[in-house]
Amino acid sequence: MFKYFEPNKIFSITSKAPKYVLFLFVIILTVGLIEALVLSPEDYKQSHSVRIMYVHVPAAWICLGIFSMITFLSVIGYIFKIRNFFLISKSLAPSGFVFSVIALVTGSIWGKPTWGTWWAWDARITSMLILSLFYVIYLIAWRIYDNNDKAFKITSIITVAGIINVPIIKYSVDWWNTLHQPASINILSESSIHVSMLYPLLIMTAAFTLFSLLIFLMKYNTELIKIKNKGLDRL
Amino acid sequence: MISEILTMNGYGLYVWSAFAFTLLNFTLLYVVIKIQYIKEKKKFIAKFGALNSERAKVAKSQSINKEILSNTSTI
Repeated sequence: MFKYFEPNKIFSITSKAPKYVLFLFVIILTVGLIEALVLSPEDYKQSHSVRIMYVHVPAAWICLGIFSMITFLSVIGYIFKIRNFFLISKSLAPSGFVFSVIALVTGSIWGKPTWGTWWAWDARITSMLILSLFYVIYLIAWRIYDNNDKAFKITSIITVAGIINVPIIKYSVDWWNTLHQPASINILSESSIHVSMLYPLLIMTAAFTLFSLLIFLMKYNTELIKIKNKGLDRL
Repeated sequence: MISEILTMNGYGLYVWSAFAFTLLNFTLLYVVIKIQYIKEKKKFIAKFGALNSERAKVAKSQSINKEILSNTSTI
């Protein structure tokens, strides 16, 4: 089954896909921005500041999703010795890191009008900051041990250590008294968010997902060409 | 209407700066990754061009190398 993940086989797809993903991203982002900034209603309590949710929440979701994916791929890649899984993980990390920074900064901007402060050492915010630091450590590890077996081992250890933080981020609002409100969107039970706010949120999430896919594809192609460059040196 | 969208009942500065920060980060990340891609591709083309005919033939037999050379898109 893993032969289908061979770089040689998928490069023909990944090299052509970015332009289509970029096109789709621009369209969905435009629709999302119109919905989020103009069409969606203001909140009865938070007024227009609630619109920050449309960038803050998707960014937080995606950076958590990407880190979970990186961990899964690293562990499976390490167990079954699939180098391509490490390449995929490495290519996912830059967008995951940027989304974690966006979640932190937009959360801070949202905090000022809502809580009256830019920053608080609250459980959710602190655990999110820790996730950002794990992304930084992960990216630095790849810089130091560029594409060798040691890099695979060290980055796997980093992701396994970092994944412990993911459920802490998710449940911090339930486990501790925090400034953050509990989750408004639940997959298993009824969501407390109104559809007029849910749709723009889902559209923005789709746009952000496409952006991370675009960055992943571009980074993955770059990494493949980098490997091929080394291959040409050996000829 | 436009003034209302801009000021957002006094929250405009917060909302617009959050969206601007997000889009700025998107642009920066896209540009950085694109530059890295172009740099590696240029390096590949230069190295491929420097190969002698025999080695170039071996290199060209790999489908991925052909793909890199044929794909002129810079995205």
